Amino acid sequence: MKFRVERDVLAEAVAWAARSLPARPPAPVLAGLLLKAEEGRLSLSAFDYEVSARVSVEAEVEEEGTVLVSGRLLADISRALPNRPVEISTDGVRVTVVCGSSRFTLHTLPVEEYPALPQMPTASGTVPGEVFAAAVSQVAIAAGRDDTLPVLTGVRIEIEGDTVTLAATDRYRFAVGEFLWKPETPDLSAVALVPAKTLLDIAKSLTSGDTVALALAGSGAGEGLIGFEGAGRRTTTRLLEGDLPKYRTLFPTEFASVAVIETAPFVEAVKRVALVAERNTPIRLSFTAGVLTLEAGSSDDAQAVERVDAQLDGEDVSIAFNPTFLLDGLSAIDSPVAQLSFTTATKPALLSGKPAIDAESDETYKYLIMPVRLSG
Amino acid sequence: MDAFFAAVEQASKPSLRGKPVIVGGLGPRGVVATASYEARVHGVHSAMAMAHARRLCPNAAYLVPRFDMYRTVSERVMGLLHELSPLVEPLSLDEAFVDLDAGPCGERLRRRPPEEMPEAVRAVGEALRAGIAAATGLTASVGIASSKLLAKIGSEAAKPDGLLVTAPGTERELLGPMPVRTLWGVGPATAEQLRKAAITTVAEIVEAGEAELVRLLGKAHGTGLYTMATGHDDRPVMAGRDVKSVSVEGTFDVDLTDRARVRAEVDRLAARCVQRLRGAGRSGRTVVLKVRRYDFTTLTRSETLRAPTDDPVVVKETAARLLDAVDTTGGVRLLGVGVAGLSDYTQEDLFTHGLADGLPEQRPTDADAEAPMPSTALQPSQPSSSRRWLPGQDVRHTEHGPGWVQGSGVGRVTIRFEVPGGEPGRICTLPVDDPELDASDPMPLVPGSGERVPGSG
Repeated sequence: MKFRVERDVLAEAVAWAARSLPARPPAPVLAGLLLKAEEGRLSLSAFDYEVSARVSVEAEVEEEGTVLVSGRLLADISRALPNRPVEISTDGVRVTVVCGSSRFTLHTLPVEEYPALPQMPTASGTVPGEVFAAAVSQVAIAAGRDDTLPVLTGVRIEIEGDTVTLAATDRYRFAVGEFLWKPETPDLSAVALVPAKTLLDIAKSLTSGDTVALALAGSGAGEGLIGFEGAGRRTTTRLLEGDLPKYRTLFPTEFASVAVIETAPFVEAVKRVALVAERNTPIRLSFTAGVLTLEAGSSDDAQAVERVDAQLDGEDVSIAFNPTFLLDGLSAIDSPVAQLSFTTATKPALLSGKPAIDAESDETYKYLIMPVRLSG
Repeated sequence: MDAFFAAVEQASKPSLRGKPVIVGGLGPRGVVATASYEARVHGVHSAMAMAHARRLCPNAAYLVPRFDMYRTVSERVMGLLHELSPLVEPLSLDEAFVDLDAGPCGERLRRRPPEEMPEAVRAVGEALRAGIAAATGLTASVGIASSKLLAKIGSEAAKPDGLLVTAPGTERELLGPMPVRTLWGVGPATAEQLRKAAITTVAEIVEAGEAELVRLLGKAHGTGLYTMATGHDDRPVMAGRDVKSVSVEGTFDVDLTDRARVRAEVDRLAARCVQRLRGAGRSGRTVVLKVRRYDFTTLTRSETLRAPTDDPVVVKETAARLLDAVDTTGGVRLLGVGVAGLSDYTQEDLFTHGLADGLPEQRPTDADAEAPMPSTALQPSQPSSSRRWLPGQDVRHTEHGPGWVQGSGVGRVTIRFEVPGGEPGRICTLPVDDPELDASDPMPLVPGSGERVPGSG
């Protein structure tokens, strides 16, 4: 095998693929990146039995072939190379990387022991990369992080015709976002539970302008997998077993009061007041006509109080939240104005965004947050 | 309080006065909680296995504890202590430190010349003892000294029904001849280490000197022990010490081997634990499961939740998850469920309030809790009769009046009909299902003392 490739192109591709390398490889060969040179292209693949990543870039292929090398080492080397064309060639069981006046000789890993990458399920439809990335980051924030309940570490992707609905929860808050896409068949209907961390990684690595194709296998080849492909990068990941609890009934539809607050001053105030809320002790919010009072801390400790302007429609409300959960939601709505709707102080509150104080609230993203109950 | 549980029983049950009384768990794996002084003569002491106590003192009255009663009496005594000073540090139901200096008599005492001090505090102590006797009919022992350690040692030495004032400056005299185990922080290991260095009494610790102690036991422990041995202990009396955790545990009469049974018991313990947690108005973040297996190997497993909870479903689920990781094939002797990392707020869960269909792996926990348990081993096992009469239990008969259960078996129950402060009453044996016989609330020890005993059970 022998090929030449631009240093930046190589470095970016290797760095991207290397992110899917397992930190503790279950088998030594899985620490490797698989390099395949054929028909004017170089493809790099990584696989850890859960997630597979494959990127394909243009290269000047002199001699076709396949080789497996240590992914970490290749990533470190390609990042450090001078900005010159890179030539990679094999010589028996060694790989030589030449760039400018630097020359590296690496050991290869046995290609024949490398597992076959899972097949990409057939594409289900496409969506602009930035739309997808925004929706994923809004929703994945609410996913659980501990493995005690694996179902809650996933983001639920539900496809119903031209609408994709994402949902995630860690049982204390529940985020639901939707976006429109172009399905291959108009009456497509599917549900998948994707590990939130992987999904977030995929969304982050997409660049604007890309179009991402989602591929969800119903049955047959690639069952239990979801695939994402855009700009020459393709990722598959195994789906989580199970499903999130049904959530439609969780979201209240009638409210005793609705508060509207400008997001930026609200976030600032929460952050300041939360400084005295150690280890996520609750922040208390009291809404009265025109004013929101934020308080945290206890008389045994430091205390903080701040007032911000707020419009309140309905009864006065006193409610307490974990400040991190509230801030997560406020950053996720990504709107200049926040709307909080309450039923009672012990029932979940609904957070949504608005483009302006007197505009309609944005229905495509909802963040449900369970309050903290103060005892005594 | 002197032999507190046993003394309460003797006061409630005139026929037991002057007789050995042993209170504790009566099952095959029960442990002595308190033995009366009459029983202690035979070598019975608290924490001894009940079976051992029965061999040493076969003629004693063996009774189950009546905690509601003890709590009521304890509250009365603690009330008297609070009249002396706002700084009261309870150690248990029947023991507390009082900082006299912080109370109303502190000012009065300070004005006295130092040489009159021992007499003045003695008067305070005697007045307290008289007050306790009048309010409860029970005896208490008081130790008064310049530090918590000496006060405690004093009260131990004064028992039963006594008072010991350790005048400032005489601490070393009192401590000197005592064994090293008297000091706090000296257990079997430290004592053994000191013994190897030929140190067996407190006086010998002082003789050995601080440097030697540090060499033997390390910096922190050595220095601390030396300071204490010289009679210095400046720990303050802490009112309302923070509760760190709430837990419930139970030993089974017979090892549990059935996994489903173990799971059900963990569920029950979790429910009881949450009940106590809520009773205290608290919530907690860490759920702890304790398992003692047939061979006494004891495991504790804990999981810290992301937020504090007082939700029985969450605690049950977490405890069940912890149990999944414990091998119980050989049999389980003891199970315990606790909640630590206490807070006063609760992060509610979106799914446990019947709002959603629930998580898929969630078991129908309510049904579990309601399901009848096959002969609950946490209580002494009883025949499947609907009525269970436990020795010591308070009863009332429509014809014979109030009394207590002396024993029961083969379909009959023996009751002694007597009331606190009265003459020893007569014994009556009745069928266990006598319709005129009913469990009742305990009678107050001192009539008209305003004691109100809440419903037991």
